[in-house]
Amino acid sequence: MTRPAEALPTQEMLINMGPQHPSTHGVLRVLLRTDGEVVVNARPDVGYLHRALEKIGERVTYAQFMPFTDRLDYLASMNCNCAYAWAVEKLAGIEVPERAEYIRVIVSELNRISSHLIAFGSFTADMGAFTPFLYSIRERERVNDLFEDLCGNRLTYNFARIGGVSADLPPGFLEKTKEFLDYFEPKIDEYNKLISYNKIFVHRLAKVAVITAEDAIAYGLTGPNLRGSGVRFDLRRDEPYSVYPKLDFDVCVGSGERGALGDCFDRYMVRINEMRESVKILRQAIAQIPEGPVAAKVPRVFKPPVGEAYFRSECPRGETGFYLISDGTGNPSRLKIRTGSFVTMNIFEKVTVGLMIADIVAVIGSFDIILPEIDR
Amino acid sequence: MEPQTVFETLKGKFGDAATELQSEGFRPAFVVVSPEKLPEIALFLRDDPAMKFDSLMCLSGVDYKDRFAVAYHLYSMTHRHAVGLKVFLPRENPSVASVDGVWPAANFMERETFDLYGIDFPGSKDLRRILLPDDWDGHPLRKDYKYPDFYHGIKV
Amino acid sequence: MESFALSLVKAVPALSGVPMWTVTLTAMVLTAAILLVFALTFGGLGSYVLRKVAGDIQVRIGPNRVGPYGLLQFLADGAKLILKEDIIPAKADRFLFILAPYLVFVGSFAAFVVLPFGVGLIASDLNIGVYYVMAVTSLVVVGILMAGWASNNKWALLGGMRAAAQIISYEIPVGMAIMPAVLIAGSLSLQDIVRSQGGLLGVFGWNLFHNPFTFFSFILYFTAAQAETNQTPFDLPEAESELVSGYNVEYSGIRYAFFFLAEFGDMFVVAALATACFLGGWHVPFFHAEALPAFWGNLLSLGAFLFKAFALVLVMMWVRWTLPRLRVDQLMRMSWKYLVPLTFVNLLGVSLWLLLFKGKGIPQMIASLVG
Repeated sequence: MTRPAEALPTQEMLINMGPQHPSTHGVLRVLLRTDGEVVVNARPDVGYLHRALEKIGERVTYAQFMPFTDRLDYLASMNCNCAYAWAVEKLAGIEVPERAEYIRVIVSELNRISSHLIAFGSFTADMGAFTPFLYSIRERERVNDLFEDLCGNRLTYNFARIGGVSADLPPGFLEKTKEFLDYFEPKIDEYNKLISYNKIFVHRLAKVAVITAEDAIAYGLTGPNLRGSGVRFDLRRDEPYSVYPKLDFDVCVGSGERGALGDCFDRYMVRINEMRESVKILRQAIAQIPEGPVAAKVPRVFKPPVGEAYFRSECPRGETGFYLISDGTGNPSRLKIRTGSFVTMNIFEKVTVGLMIADIVAVIGSFDIILPEIDR
Repeated sequence: MEPQTVFETLKGKFGDAATELQSEGFRPAFVVVSPEKLPEIALFLRDDPAMKFDSLMCLSGVDYKDRFAVAYHLYSMTHRHAVGLKVFLPRENPSVASVDGVWPAANFMERETFDLYGIDFPGSKDLRRILLPDDWDGHPLRKDYKYPDFYHGIKV
Repeated sequence: MESFALSLVKAVPALSGVPMWTVTLTAMVLTAAILLVFALTFGGLGSYVLRKVAGDIQVRIGPNRVGPYGLLQFLADGAKLILKEDIIPAKADRFLFILAPYLVFVGSFAAFVVLPFGVGLIASDLNIGVYYVMAVTSLVVVGILMAGWASNNKWALLGGMRAAAQIISYEIPVGMAIMPAVLIAGSLSLQDIVRSQGGLLGVFGWNLFHNPFTFFSFILYFTAAQAETNQTPFDLPEAESELVSGYNVEYSGIRYAFFFLAEFGDMFVVAALATACFLGGWHVPFFHAEALPAFWGNLLSLGAFLFKAFALVLVMMWVRWTLPRLRVDQLMRMSWKYLVPLTFVNLLGVSLWLLLFKGKGIPQMIASLVG
């Protein structure tokens, strides 16, 4: 006769979702202990991409560190560049000309769109729908073309400088950006029709890894992950920097429209809606951008006054914070980088208890982590 | 709420544990507290209705050449104000109680500080090296760190 | 096969001196060889079409370097796979590891025997045709489980277990969804099922239009059969982004090619069964293929059958590149809670219909009304 399930001896499996895996968005190792298909414990093991950026920061000058911030989050390279530049300017009290600030906002928002496109594409590819990834790459190619026009690079731009940006916009750039925005905005609705509300897709994500608002704040989640749990907090609105006070946009929050508030689907929809908001911001910035210089006069041997400053900015993956300590010399005394993905991994172990292995992939994708940010 | 007010409230409640306020050239200003009282101060800062610092923005170790420090940047989602908290630690056996019971976000950041500076956080629910291999020698971000020549027979 | 051998002897007088069993044996081997060549060619060209279709849907070109329009890509792929190093993991169970691909391929290829390609083109018209296909395609489960276990790899094991659970769960809806066609024909033999759909004006003789329940069962069959062949949205066992290719992760070279070909073979078997049971098999619309002289009748009916089967394969590929993947518990739930009851109700509906209307379908009733 049948025995009750508890009497059957079972053994947990220790599976290594190794550093090389198509879905871990980089070299992330997750040690899964599963009871069949159900995960009992999932412990992330990071550090495979540690390149000692903070130590390097102490050996190079402030200006020389800019290319390293590209590699901090290579999909949102402009955002990291600008975040570092703003942090140093806060430390030294440098005033940035307005045109430079507008240019920084324009490239940051364009990069936010392209970063969210990759997040959307790779997430759907992980879920098994391979096609949207190629559509988002097609859109991203146009953004890459714009950036290539601007600074010559397609991925790691090294565009911002302390005090401004490295070069002015080439002629025709704003018109081409406007063309791109007109082309791109209806695409978001197309993606929603194609995949976002597809029944299978929704069922894969609804009610998976629900994070409450209190948990999200306590565990340090930031960016779309925090807003997916319903917390209406966006650094561009609540701690405004640069020219964001002059721009009008909505803060997208998850609404629990399919499943529970704070599940994977909410975080995914926040990113889709943020792309729309970025388009709005871009249109306003293009309309408002003034003429003027694109860089402030910063001494060649740049020595900020003794002091400490912490500046955080809204990057596509959360908030990127730079804690800079200056001892009066040309090199930073301490350069601490606080990235959204690193702190998001705090909650990973807690949220994956009881999920199935297929859901782990969904969780990693919905957090939109990227390993260079985690490991620095 | 200004950091000055935070400093005064802490001084009023905990007395000499709140030692000084670093405000000139510090954005945000730092309230320096003594390491022994840190757990209670952290809890007070999180739970007091006027302060409500429910979000830990950043936790970092610092190596001032004569001593270590752990800097906490706190933010309140309800009141939208920020303040910095700092504890100074001696260079030998630096150790301060863990705050990951107060702000769970601190866990990974404390592990990173332990890994790169060697600062111990007793009471932490999980303190292991995070970025470097588990058997690495030394703590790289210290100012007096000597780069090793070999690691497991590989020239570094 | 006996009749084919007899007809061969009649056609070629020189063979009358040869003992019968030699002729039969040669006929069998010849037929098997033809079917094998067909299966392999379908696997190769099918992979090319798959990649081109994928390219079209994904706004890119697909293979276009090797040969005109990339047509020789599958030959290049085949050559590459054959020339690859044969790696067997150190702690793998060697015998099972080597045996598994063959079992999977045999399980899929053996079903080709009863597929009705044309009026007289069937390797062996078994009187238990449908039953035989169901039975023999279950060999695939054994092969996949073997592959997953013998690889000595936890990911492969997970893939193998998932595959076993999935294929076994979907056998029931597949079988129940095919039953209406069997009921209408009154026989399990596939040639009989195809013949029962002839007669009327072209497409309306098809079982698809016989009554609403058979229409529904075509859809159910197609869905469940897509799960049988491990196609997205049911491709969990080889989910590339989760299990890193699941049960065939440790396989390389020609062994991997076997799994791959078996998958295409399965796709064709499913499409062919659907064509034979629901879409009129080899019947050519507005033609009476059986009345034509043997050569033309066979050619025409072969063309019709292949056209319909390939169209269904194309639909499978189309669905594969459009939909995301179901999670394993959702897969199981869909089979046991939705497909199984639906197919049972469907079967009941068809039986009642046949009882009430004495086996006549809607097109026949309209035809008899009109006169």
